[in-house]
Amino acid sequence: MNSSQLLGYTTFAYLFSTIVYIAVLVFRAKKISVLGTILALVGLVLQTAGIGMRWMESYQMGIGHAPLSNMYESLVVFAWAIVVFYLFLELKFKNRMLGGFAMPFAFFSMAYASFASEINQQISPLVPALQSNWLIAHVVTCFIGYAAFAVACGMGIMYLLKAWHEERFSAGSGEGIFDSLPPLKDIDDIIYKTIVFGFLWLSTGIITGAVWANSAWGTYWSWDPKETWSLITWFVYAVALHARFVRGWAGKRIAWIAIIGFFSVIFTYYGVNFLLSGLHSYGRA
Amino acid sequence: MKKTKNPFVSFFSSMQLTLFTFISLAVSSIIGTIILQNKEPAFYVNQYGPNLAKIFEILNIGDMYNSWWFLSLLVLLSLNLIVCTIDRLPNVWRMVVLDNLQTTPERLERQSRRQAFLVDNDHAGAVAAAKAVLDSFGKGVQQADQEKGTLLFIQKGAWTRLGVYVVHASILIIFAGAIIGSIYGHKGGVTLPEGSTTSSIYQFGSNQLIDLGFGIRCDKFTLSFYDNGAPKEYRSDLTVIKGGKEVLRKSIVVNDPLDYGGYTFYQASYEPRNEMVVTIANETSATEKTFLVVPRREVSWANEGVSFGIVNIQGSNRTGYGYKIWFTDKHGEPSTFWLTEGMAGKVQRAATTYAVSLKRRYATGLQVAKDPGVWYVYVGCLAMLLGLLVAFFLSHRRVWIYLAKEGDSTRILLSGTANKNRIGFDKEFVALVEKIRLNDSLTPSKEAS
Repeated sequence: MNSSQLLGYTTFAYLFSTIVYIAVLVFRAKKISVLGTILALVGLVLQTAGIGMRWMESYQMGIGHAPLSNMYESLVVFAWAIVVFYLFLELKFKNRMLGGFAMPFAFFSMAYASFASEINQQISPLVPALQSNWLIAHVVTCFIGYAAFAVACGMGIMYLLKAWHEERFSAGSGEGIFDSLPPLKDIDDIIYKTIVFGFLWLSTGIITGAVWANSAWGTYWSWDPKETWSLITWFVYAVALHARFVRGWAGKRIAWIAIIGFFSVIFTYYGVNFLLSGLHSYGRA
Repeated sequence: MKKTKNPFVSFFSSMQLTLFTFISLAVSSIIGTIILQNKEPAFYVNQYGPNLAKIFEILNIGDMYNSWWFLSLLVLLSLNLIVCTIDRLPNVWRMVVLDNLQTTPERLERQSRRQAFLVDNDHAGAVAAAKAVLDSFGKGVQQADQEKGTLLFIQKGAWTRLGVYVVHASILIIFAGAIIGSIYGHKGGVTLPEGSTTSSIYQFGSNQLIDLGFGIRCDKFTLSFYDNGAPKEYRSDLTVIKGGKEVLRKSIVVNDPLDYGGYTFYQASYEPRNEMVVTIANETSATEKTFLVVPRREVSWANEGVSFGIVNIQGSNRTGYGYKIWFTDKHGEPSTFWLTEGMAGKVQRAATTYAVSLKRRYATGLQVAKDPGVWYVYVGCLAMLLGLLVAFFLSHRRVWIYLAKEGDSTRILLSGTANKNRIGFDKEFVALVEKIRLNDSLTPSKEAS
């Protein structure tokens, strides 16, 4: 058994968990929802073991480092953090209906990491710039934040669907897909709290990044695209929090910001690496 | 009570302005991530055409994060923060230091979170029991004895109302740190060949020479690779020289710079020079000398009568390089042999044997920074995180208990408020009510309250 096998099984566990959670919603089969949780938990255990094993394997190769050093490893950690965060929410709010809007993010992240041709799955040695104790602190804090924002986006979609359904069909019969979801007021509360949590970790992620940059290059902020996009994301969520605190924004508006914010997160995480660097190399040619 | 506000204050303290600046900063920041920054004017003309390049020049798009309009947005954000704080902080402060005993039973009755019940205890006994419960809730129970009854009060986390202002102040502290850094700090770089010393660096942007006030020498630069050819380590052995004396030695790598005299030296780049460092030792006399050798040029060691040179170089970065050495002394025909970097070779001559080793001479590229503002930035960052924790997760919770004398019984009225996390406080409040209602020393009255 090696780490790539374990992480491969994880992908399937998350796939099946996603299918179950969505089936629960579509077929109103609340009884099987516990299966979704069990599959997510099994996946999480496999994944945690997989990440640990990959860490060990890097030491066996003589290039030991935490598995947080490239796109593949970050996607795995992203999925891991989403599942941890989602299971925590499920426990806290005692509602399994949320799973259909959170687990797909974890599955897509793992599936993309495992099957996309542009993702290199090899364990590679750390280049000099990454050889720092800040690597773990920076990557972990960022990805806890990203995971929270992914879940907030899922909850935002859930809110809008339910709100749209309620507007069209006024008070539900009590039996529809959307009636099994938590009341709008509760979803709104979950979105807000998730954004607050994510915002705190994003701030910590940006700060650890700044401190690291200063210890590596003597500049804590140099407006490079990654830094700038993380700040843009920070502004988006800062808008959400201020509008809520002072102007009482709630419901659909916050749900939309949760979705827009996540686009910004994805761009910070993925777009900057693949699109902007592409633009830049094109610009240089 | 309605005060007409100064229009200046109401504009600069408004939330609309905050949202406007946030959104403007976010949207305009995108520009600089798409359009390459800090290029020559000609680059923008080539890339975007003369008309667009003209607009770029006016708006300073090529260095937009330092442009007048972007900095103005940051100034606007700071003003917004300052005015909003000055506008709101006094009221918040009043809430923090408020004398909460200055209230009336009528007002407590009107609060949405309240509970009242009668107990068949005398007033003094009920007060003592209620006080004991509040003591277990937290420190600093306040008491006011009035004619018709007694008011007890306890609060937790009044100071947490200031959390959000700590976050706002932290942003100003970070800006202050950035300004201090840009006024009193220097950012520069220097390329330092192995064996050479400098006491000045080139400032980035202006390219002006900055005098360090001490010398820095690169003793050695080492470059190493992993088996797959990826770079493993860039290491420079540096020595600081002050007043002709060596005061500090440190071997720096990326992520581990050298600090001296307010300056920090970071490993940033390197360049191979077209020079080799050759060391020759006479194994009989044990004399040794090191030479800087440019390939295809003859070098002499006069004392030994030795002449040598590098006549050929073959290889690649991946495989390493081989160097063909031509070597002669006063005895016999010249010798030629191949050497690889780092490996000592021996050349047998009629009189003695010489050990020869060579390595390429590198220059290390150091980035040098002096930033007296960085600690302000770090303090600001820490304050921001603490402030966010307080602002989001801690709340100001207040509980009043009014114990009214009603003949032989006492009517107990509890009420409470929290400024955040009201759901959490509801639970806390209910628990407190139960603790008093079910208190052993209190006897619930049969009468309905």
